[in-house]
Amino acid sequence: MIELANAAFTYGGEEILTDLNLRLAPGSFHFLTGPSGSGKTTLLRLCYMELLATHGQVNSFGVDVATMSRDQVALARRRIGIVHQDCQFLDHLSVAENIALPLEVSGRDASAEVGNLNELLAWVGLDRRAEAKPAQLSGGERQRAALARAVIMSPDVIIADEPTGNIDWEMALRLLQLLVELNKMGKTILIATHDLNLIRNAKKQVAARVLRIHKCKLQLAGADL
Amino acid sequence: MNGLLRVIGGILVGDANADRVVPPSGFTAWLTTFTAGAMAFLAVFALALSLATGRLADRWSAELARTATVRISAPEGQMAAQEKAVLKVLTTTPGIKSARVMTDAEQRKLLEPWFGPDLPLDSLPIPKLIEVVERGSGPDIEGLRLRLAAEAPGAIYDDHTRWRRPLINAAARLRLLAAFSIGLIAFSTAAMITLAANAALAANATVISVLRLVGARDTYIARAFVRRFTVRAFGGALVGTILAVIGVFMLPSPAADGAFLSGLGFNGWGWGLPFVIPPLSAIVAFWATRRAAFRTLRGLS
Repeated sequence: MIELANAAFTYGGEEILTDLNLRLAPGSFHFLTGPSGSGKTTLLRLCYMELLATHGQVNSFGVDVATMSRDQVALARRRIGIVHQDCQFLDHLSVAENIALPLEVSGRDASAEVGNLNELLAWVGLDRRAEAKPAQLSGGERQRAALARAVIMSPDVIIADEPTGNIDWEMALRLLQLLVELNKMGKTILIATHDLNLIRNAKKQVAARVLRIHKCKLQLAGADL
Repeated sequence: MNGLLRVIGGILVGDANADRVVPPSGFTAWLTTFTAGAMAFLAVFALALSLATGRLADRWSAELARTATVRISAPEGQMAAQEKAVLKVLTTTPGIKSARVMTDAEQRKLLEPWFGPDLPLDSLPIPKLIEVVERGSGPDIEGLRLRLAAEAPGAIYDDHTRWRRPLINAAARLRLLAAFSIGLIAFSTAAMITLAANAALAANATVISVLRLVGARDTYIARAFVRRFTVRAFGGALVGTILAVIGVFMLPSPAADGAFLSGLGFNGWGWGLPFVIPPLSAIVAFWATRRAAFRTLRGLS
């Protein structure tokens, strides 16, 4: 799916990440941990092609990202669902319209997929908030809406950056449950988080692999969890 | 051709989804509409000036080309004989429609601006003038001059080339300036719309970023901006053109006083010409916005 081979990222002469080797196999579940500023978000951005590796190679669905055209990047992103910590909604659109946005930009008729959209809204518990504006949602609701938007295209990979960072524990568990369900449906999951309790909880349900960024490098960090 | 028709169709019909994802932006909307309107207004006047100058150049050229003057400077005793000889030569020369000796009153009127109304024409050695009207392509000037030199040594044939050339050159330059002004107006419109488009793109950076992250292609994102700016430019230019055409229509008629400025306007089919400006403004806006949008998008990941 997504593979990093000796990838590195340097910004302004400063090494942010180096010697990154990672393969997100189909159906795998990965957690990415590390202190704030360690480069978790940068690594995720490399995975969803918002940044280009300054050294090494990043392959997305078998294609070297460095050789991709902008259109190819756009098409590849339709196979990756992204959940940001700050959600990134279009505030002038309703929750339902925001969730349906990936369908619309890909040229699919969102109105023909109303059934799927309603199912999705019910799945994330937002069926009664469909017409609300993003600003009217609570933190947990926003995260669930972001997850719904990330999965509406039935992507192969779901990448979430601190998805439980701004929500309470109960809501975090609910969100985790949704991600676990997606993984059981065969989706590849990569979550950046510093919440060890969330990781422990997930490991009870799925065979999650835990990675840690330490001194700009990626390490396996499963034993102490 | 099909591609062009698809683009025009896309702009006219629009893409409701692409339009909706970008929030409406009041400031750039007004700036674009106003700029397009003001520029179209100016362009109509530049066009009117260009056409009027062209007409003027043609008229001057045609009027002066059809007439000539023979000037006879001879001693008192020989004037009548030379006048008669010149008239004989002229009436027998192919390409000359008519020739007539100007009366003293006519000559006095010609000299009035310089010497006043009380010019003692009889006491001054003023040359005799014969007005010649040419026919078709006119006479063989060199042959005619040689014949005049032989029959009436004091006669000089003046076909007005000396006067005509600077007037026509001036009119041609004025026309060129008007055309250059239209070019400048088009360039300024493109520059202003590019600035407005850049402002709109910068104001919607978050929207663009979100759209890219959910898999939108550059063409999808650009389309929303391009269509808006094209439609706004067309609307603004149409209003500006209509107002300017009304303004030109209300100028005094050229028949009233015959002055140059009152001749500023359109004739016949020329009244339809200003209405080419709104579609041209739309084309300028289309390319300016498209270029600005793709340049901005290339800068984003």
